[in-house]
Amino acid sequence: MSIIKAENLTHIYSQGTPFEVTSLKDISLEIKQGEFYALVGATGSGKSTLVQLFNGIMAPTRGNLQVCGVDVSNSALRRELWRKVGLVFQQPEQQLFEETVYKDVAFGPINLGLSVAEVEERVADALHLVGLEPDRVSDMSPFSLSGGIRRKVAIAGVLALHTEVLVLDEPTAGLDPVSRRQLMERIDCLRKERGVTVVLVSHSMEEVARWAGRMAVLDHGRLALEGSPLEIFNKSVKLRSVGLDVPLTVELMLQLSANGKPVRTDILTTEDAVDEIARLLKQSDKNKDILSQHETNHD
Amino acid sequence: MLAGRTFGQYIPGNSFFHRLDPRAKVVCVLAIAISVIIANKWYEFTLLAGLTMLLIFLSRLPARLFIGGLRSFWVLLAITFLVQLLFTPGNDVLLALGPLRVSREGLEAGSLIFVRLSLVILIASLLTLTTSPINLTAGLESIFAPLKRVGVPTHELAMMMTIALRFVPILLTEADIIIKSQQSRGARLNSGGVVGRAKNLLPLFVPLFAGALRRAEELAIAMEARCYRGGANRTRMNSLVFRLPDYIIISISLAVLAGAAGL
Repeated sequence: MSIIKAENLTHIYSQGTPFEVTSLKDISLEIKQGEFYALVGATGSGKSTLVQLFNGIMAPTRGNLQVCGVDVSNSALRRELWRKVGLVFQQPEQQLFEETVYKDVAFGPINLGLSVAEVEERVADALHLVGLEPDRVSDMSPFSLSGGIRRKVAIAGVLALHTEVLVLDEPTAGLDPVSRRQLMERIDCLRKERGVTVVLVSHSMEEVARWAGRMAVLDHGRLALEGSPLEIFNKSVKLRSVGLDVPLTVELMLQLSANGKPVRTDILTTEDAVDEIARLLKQSDKNKDILSQHETNHD
Repeated sequence: MLAGRTFGQYIPGNSFFHRLDPRAKVVCVLAIAISVIIANKWYEFTLLAGLTMLLIFLSRLPARLFIGGLRSFWVLLAITFLVQLLFTPGNDVLLALGPLRVSREGLEAGSLIFVRLSLVILIASLLTLTTSPINLTAGLESIFAPLKRVGVPTHELAMMMTIALRFVPILLTEADIIIKSQQSRGARLNSGGVVGRAKNLLPLFVPLFAGALRRAEELAIAMEARCYRGGANRTRMNSLVFRLPDYIIISISLAVLAGAAGL
């Protein structure tokens, strides 16, 4: 079942002024419920505009967009879409405003009209999800924390809404490697356990290769490619032409293959790459054995 | 949402008027604005309006921008027109509605102030539409340079103005993002009574001010890291030079001003 369905979406900023910018052109795509969908593209390709449309903050200039069964062109329904679609903006740590971490994370749940007990439960749950200890950070001022922790608090503020769809715009940019992995693992957990649909905007091809089930590539506001990461990362030439690249694992396999080594090139994760290289090494050891045997026989 | 709506925002271009020296433009605009204010005969207004139209034509910008600029002042224009119309004492009553009387003198005074204000707004927007903020402040700094001798920190003031203008679009974009992100957590930024509304705006203003302070600090460090020292002996990358068109424009403007003052 598709939870987001876009048909011929076009979005133009400041239409009718000298500053008019066409950000999206004729985008059609479908995102299914419970899937992990990634959006990639060079800077300025329209990813952030597209995810803001998903959240109902803006209406598309032209085209149809259905999100969770809601037609986004209806402004009254669109305004209520935040209850169903959570959106984590780029650098969300800059949007914290409350005196304490607890109050900031509670802002969304309170706006949902939940009871005090429910709000409390959701805040604690959301802080746990992003790897923070509720008892330790709840009463601290968000402005006294480090950038990385503030980022986690801001993400918790959106997770606490318990939305059906979770849209994350470069959530791991600027986080340390351990936090990156933990965050992505927990978001994928939410998807598996609660059936949340995840839409991820990312510049890290490794991250996309590791987590996404399907992905779309945007180029200057147009949909350039759509498919599984495996299908898309096989088109390395096309990807490079739109300012992107393949993950390191794919690059490694492609180079090995170009140097005449018989390896599979449809490998995405580091684990699979390790297995494939181990197999290759074993094979060449065997070949060496045969060769040296051959040589001794010759003598 | 908020971007691209500022009155008289600079539109890059390469017209005759764009290429003038900012000092010449300031002198020209001031001279015409003063002429408009001291003019009091209809043929003078016709001439000045004609001159303004000519300058607008020379800027090669769409008329839509100027009309849009006027429109953003319509409340001011309407109020001043109505006040003059209704409260100017006069004998020749054209229309009477209860205690309100519209006299011929009132109509004249109202129209006069309407035309005056409109022309001043048009000519002022011509300056800001065709001059980048950096150029404008450079021009003003140069015009006010003599005041340095009596201890006015003209360079510092100009630098402050440049930085302030430079940050307007950045802060607008930032406000736009913050509004969107708080709305996506269910914030209602424009509902409720006076107190409620002020409280509802906190989620916007706290991060906006925090961001502005952070930016200011970063900018100060970046400037100091490049050994910036205001004031004495600073040269510019693009120094201002008067050319023939600048002299012509200044002469015409001063002649217009002299004409308006003398007639």
